[in-house]
Amino acid sequence: MSAKIDRSWLAESHTFPRPVIREIQRAAREGIYDIRGFGAKRRLPTFDDLLLLGASMSRYPLEGYRERCETRVVLGTRYAENPVTIETPVTIAGMSFGALSAQAKEALGRGASEVGTSTTTGDGGMTAEERRHSNLLVYQYLPSRYGMNPDDLRAADAIEIVVGQGAKPGGGGMLLGQKITERVAGMRNLPEGIDQRSACRHPDWTGPDDLEIKIQELREITDWKVPIYTKVGASRPFYDVQLAVKAGADVVVVDGMQGGTAATQEVFIEHVGIPTLPATRLAVEALKEAGVHREVQLIVSGGIRSGADVAKALALGADAVSIGTAALIAMGDNSPELEEQYNAIGSSAGYYDDYQEGRDPSGISTQDLDLGKRLDPETAGRLVANYLRCLTLETQTLARAAGKSDVRNLEPEDLVALTVEAAAMARVPLAGTAWVPGAVK
Amino acid sequence: MRPNHGGESARRQNGEALRFDLKDSPVRELNRALHERGAEGRSIRVANPGGKHNVAVGARFRGEVFIDGHVGYYCAGMNQNAAIVVNGNAGPGLAENMMSGQVRVKGDASQYGGATAHGGLLVIEGNAAARCGISMKGADIVVGGSIGHLSAFMAQSGRLVVCGDAGDALGDSIYEARIYLRGKAAGLGADCIEKPMEASHREELAYLLDQAELGGMKAGDFRRFGSARQLYHFQIDHLGAY
Ligand SMILES: Cc1cc2nc3c(=O)[nH]c(=O)nc-3n(C[C@H](O)[C@H](O)[C@H](O)COP(=O)(O)O)c2cc1C
Repeated sequence: MSAKIDRSWLAESHTFPRPVIREIQRAAREGIYDIRGFGAKRRLPTFDDLLLLGASMSRYPLEGYRERCETRVVLGTRYAENPVTIETPVTIAGMSFGALSAQAKEALGRGASEVGTSTTTGDGGMTAEERRHSNLLVYQYLPSRYGMNPDDLRAADAIEIVVGQGAKPGGGGMLLGQKITERVAGMRNLPEGIDQRSACRHPDWTGPDDLEIKIQELREITDWKVPIYTKVGASRPFYDVQLAVKAGADVVVVDGMQGGTAATQEVFIEHVGIPTLPATRLAVEALKEAGVHREVQLIVSGGIRSGADVAKALALGADAVSIGTAALIAMGDNSPELEEQYNAIGSSAGYYDDYQEGRDPSGISTQDLDLGKRLDPETAGRLVANYLRCLTLETQTLARAAGKSDVRNLEPEDLVALTVEAAAMARVPLAGTAWVPGAVK
Repeated sequence: MRPNHGGESARRQNGEALRFDLKDSPVRELNRALHERGAEGRSIRVANPGGKHNVAVGARFRGEVFIDGHVGYYCAGMNQNAAIVVNGNAGPGLAENMMSGQVRVKGDASQYGGATAHGGLLVIEGNAAARCGISMKGADIVVGGSIGHLSAFMAQSGRLVVCGDAGDALGDSIYEARIYLRGKAAGLGADCIEKPMEASHREELAYLLDQAELGGMKAGDFRRFGSARQLYHFQIDHLGAY
């Protein structure tokens, strides 16, 4: 037995803190990278580093509850015959059936429909339940093309061509064998139980000139009816957004590096791409320079949690945001009520990120039929709807305080930054100064 | 439906063929007609495609479509039901994601022919460039000539028949699709191996050759390739292959 030690004398290394030591030892044992779900966990500049300036003498605020503050947004007005109208500027991001249970997908559809917004399919195709319970459903067109077919394409309210995802710009999808059940395998046309790696590039186009023809093909197939979005993971958003615009996208979706994932290498999640904050500003700049800001709508995602995040994203010039992880949390992911069950699988509420394993006690990120049954789609749908309503109210509260009768009237002039980094990234002044670091006069 | 690829059937059908001249009209009207079922029972004849993109995409029409000339990208993309014949060469992404029906190209096809196709039969009488049958998901592809590199990459199911040679990295990361090759492969991709030709394989190949109407091919002259199924699960010992 060792003698009792006085821990206050022990210095933990910044370079080799305990989680790093643990990871090195895991890598030595297993010889393969760590794969997990959730988004980046490291500290990043975020919308928390910005503040909104409320109205006072020089601008007057709007009366909460009495004076109208519009939240409706129309997406896809550029070329589509039937643009998508959402009643709140918050949409549900693409998460696949396969990564999520059928119950979770249904719940997202129910919740989104209740508040008049859209939800999105994912890498794995469209399920009948999802279509039935989603008034507005965006159909993803991914490199894997699992389950892709013209009937579902025509049944969709919009099409989202996925070029990349914030959690892994430049990476392809993964779904480990535990989640490739008979139904998932059938939809994806894969052998049951294999570790699925989906391609990182589309099989039949490369580069923006091809994308232009691809977008036209999808428009021809759907008779120019529905909007076509293009989703990119934020790495070079200024160029990517301009290229998407040139290729003819109606809507551009930019997903920052905090964006959630169902299964990605940890090294990818934490070290590739740029945060949502600078990505939003760069995307807006790209649209403005191309002369299509507001004509081509911008949706940003990656780490959106509150109405404050929504309001700040809109103030920087986005038209809407989308949420993944937060919607799962609203349904019960990482709930303290499940603490014992998380402990039983070696995790804890607030830390659970092993979506790839399919053992999720909340019944959300699983294909285990018994676990899936734990999630009641109606109840979970209501939770999602409540959460979306709350985000909307919070956004309106902030917009009214800034004197705006439409949430999209929020503007960069309503923002200041708390840190020099955030000021440089958002190109808004450091609070209390007129200093915008990095701005060229 | 099996087309009479000489095109004479246009006259056999009840009524005159419906004609589209793409010289001065966009592909929109043609594609719209192919999505509606109104023209069924008639055949469609397309003149002067002039290498245009997205000719005859998303067809649902049960009938024959004859395209007299060369086409650009994605001709016959996502085809359902229709029997489409291109009397010329085809650009990239020919019959991509085809669901059913038949597409036949009398000349050569550029890269990604039959990419992700889920069903139906694609016949390329000439050669096909790189990535033929990439990520295919159930369709049958028969190529009269040779195919380029990385063909049948991640091919999930369906059958790829090649009467000539194959480029490098054939069948890389292939799943359950079957490849029948008459000539030589410049190289096999990761996890793709030669497999024995059983009687059932000769039978299915003979059937496909017959469907493709490529005269003079004998099933006995082909070799079969498919997945070694070694990469189906992440395994540290196979790291070099991923
Ligand atoms: C469980 C899960 C599954 C996902 N599946 C997909 C997918 O199939 N396709 C896709 O484009 N993005 C996928 N994403 C990313 C989301 O669409 C979105 O970009 C991201 O979740 C936004 O960041 P947030 O989670 O911080 O809100 C997934 C995310 C999660 C959490």
